[in-house]
Amino acid sequence: MDTPARVAVTQPAAALLARLRARHGELMFHQSGGCCDGSSPMCYPQGEFLTGDADVLLGTLEIDDFEVPVWMGKAQFEYWKHTHLTIDVVPGRGAGFSLEAPEGVRFIIRSRLLTDDEWEALREA
Amino acid sequence: MTVYAAPGQPGAVAQYRSRYDHWIGGEYVAPAGGQYFENPSPVTGRTFTEVARGDAADIDRALDAAHGAARAWGKTSATERANILNKIADRMEANLESIAVAESWENGKPVRETLNADIPLAIDHFRYFAGAIRAQEGSISQIDDDTVAYHFHEPLGVVGQIIPWNFPILMATWKLAPALAAGNCVVLKPAEQTPASILFLMELIADLLPPGVLNVVNGFGVETGKPLASSPRIRKIAFTGETTTGRLIMQYASQNIIPVTLELGGKSPNIFFEDVAAERDAFYDKALEGFTMFALNQGEVCTCPSRALIQGSIYDQFLGDALDRTRAVKQGNPLDTETMIGAQASTDQLEKILSYIDIGKAEGAKVLTGGERADLGGDLSGGYYMTPTVFEGRNSMRVFQEEIFGPVVAVTRFSDYDDAISIANDTLYGLGAGVWSRAQNQAYRAGRDIEAGRVWTNNYHAYPAAAAFGGYKGSGVGRENHKMMLDHYQQTKNLLVSYSPDKLGFF
Repeated sequence: MDTPARVAVTQPAAALLARLRARHGELMFHQSGGCCDGSSPMCYPQGEFLTGDADVLLGTLEIDDFEVPVWMGKAQFEYWKHTHLTIDVVPGRGAGFSLEAPEGVRFIIRSRLLTDDEWEALREA
Repeated sequence: MTVYAAPGQPGAVAQYRSRYDHWIGGEYVAPAGGQYFENPSPVTGRTFTEVARGDAADIDRALDAAHGAARAWGKTSATERANILNKIADRMEANLESIAVAESWENGKPVRETLNADIPLAIDHFRYFAGAIRAQEGSISQIDDDTVAYHFHEPLGVVGQIIPWNFPILMATWKLAPALAAGNCVVLKPAEQTPASILFLMELIADLLPPGVLNVVNGFGVETGKPLASSPRIRKIAFTGETTTGRLIMQYASQNIIPVTLELGGKSPNIFFEDVAAERDAFYDKALEGFTMFALNQGEVCTCPSRALIQGSIYDQFLGDALDRTRAVKQGNPLDTETMIGAQASTDQLEKILSYIDIGKAEGAKVLTGGERADLGGDLSGGYYMTPTVFEGRNSMRVFQEEIFGPVVAVTRFSDYDDAISIANDTLYGLGAGVWSRAQNQAYRAGRDIEAGRVWTNNYHAYPAAAAFGGYKGSGVGRENHKMMLDHYQQTKNLLVSYSPDKLGFF
């Protein structure tokens, strides 16, 4: 089978990303950990957050005519790698420097376990 | 028992304004962009005030005010500054009840906590640093008979501070008290979930501080926090929050070559060794309370004891008693002094907690109690209430590894000492930990072996000003509390002085 995706995006989140891109240009996500607003996917203009050897590219969201890469710290990935992540959006205030907060909404991660087939395919990839 | 009237109601001990501007240069200043955002109370979900929505222009204006005040403030004597901090503490003490109710209404936490913990701790914090700065001394090294090195403490100048929403006034105080004591001026950015309670406090203490020494700019992170954190006009940035924003703040700080203090949370283990259950006495009862501390402040604490590790030989009995204690936690109106657990601070926070209940179940963790949103009926129906939740599972599960920031504890068992330490340290974080044992040698050894900045031993969730607080590993950089905190807000000036009339002879 093709390499399964680790990340996905809901339709409302995709529509929000399209609006944010129109205002801020190309976008990226970095999945946060830790307190307060930890565990939230933080959305930035592409390149605003410097990724490096300490990060893993989980995948790229393909939305209409643009793409949004999704990153996570490598150490955190070790604890998250058995789960599939879907970026959704809920009403809220947000925090951190994520771009959506002024819209009165915030991105949120919905998680499920990878299936055995997905897990095997990703291990071999 | 007392039920305080909500702000906005007749007879309330605290009243909010209907609108708040920024606090800049000792007065309210309307936001440059003219925009405001709504501020709901988590108690009911309804908006109770609106708050200035700042942008880079407002941050610049606040920095102008701070720089305007910095030189004079930095030259005041330690005595003058200590006197002011003591007056702030006295003013807060005289208004304890109103500040506590204001804080509870904005954050959703039970008023018994703000009355007995948050605000009294904040008051004590100002007094502690008033004392610490008076007692601080520089140092002198006699290099040789003719040469002396003098070391003076000097303020950094103007610093930026970004405050979290879980203890709006106490966390602001943790950052403000040492910064002001050391002679710095501050531009402070409260969390967008709790922008008003700090301004409620500012109004009470406004006359005590020279204009420009302390400035508060509200707004959204990307519009207000970012221009503050990335400004070349601050000499330090302090932040409490999560890891991705922490990294971004370090990145901005690297561009300006300024220091950072970061407190980024944890996944604190709370370890119960088998001797805890040797007797059913006061200590056993205390340990059960220690377990239940995960519900303090609705679990919205960076050091929430969110992983309980219980030795296998006492597991079933201790956990059974702990579940009874958890089920006895009284949830209700945060303004009722009998209430033990109030509302989560925001709707998105509640959503995040519920998303973790889902992933926990999907991973096979068992919900032993709770696991649901609570509907308290009436006016409180719109509030953001979560039942205290106990999961049982394995340390590799995500509910054991990620900070949920809610009243959720993940419980697992360990076989022996080495197993306990191994599980405790199997985490990205290292902020807090708890150790419960009647055997002092074991408790001491565990405390030293756990990779965390604060190990509560036979107690939990105490935050005295004189005990250093901060993280190992991914939990951050630097410390808060304790007089060592003054160093975080000071430069070292060395005068290297020769008292010899004779040349060196090199040239």
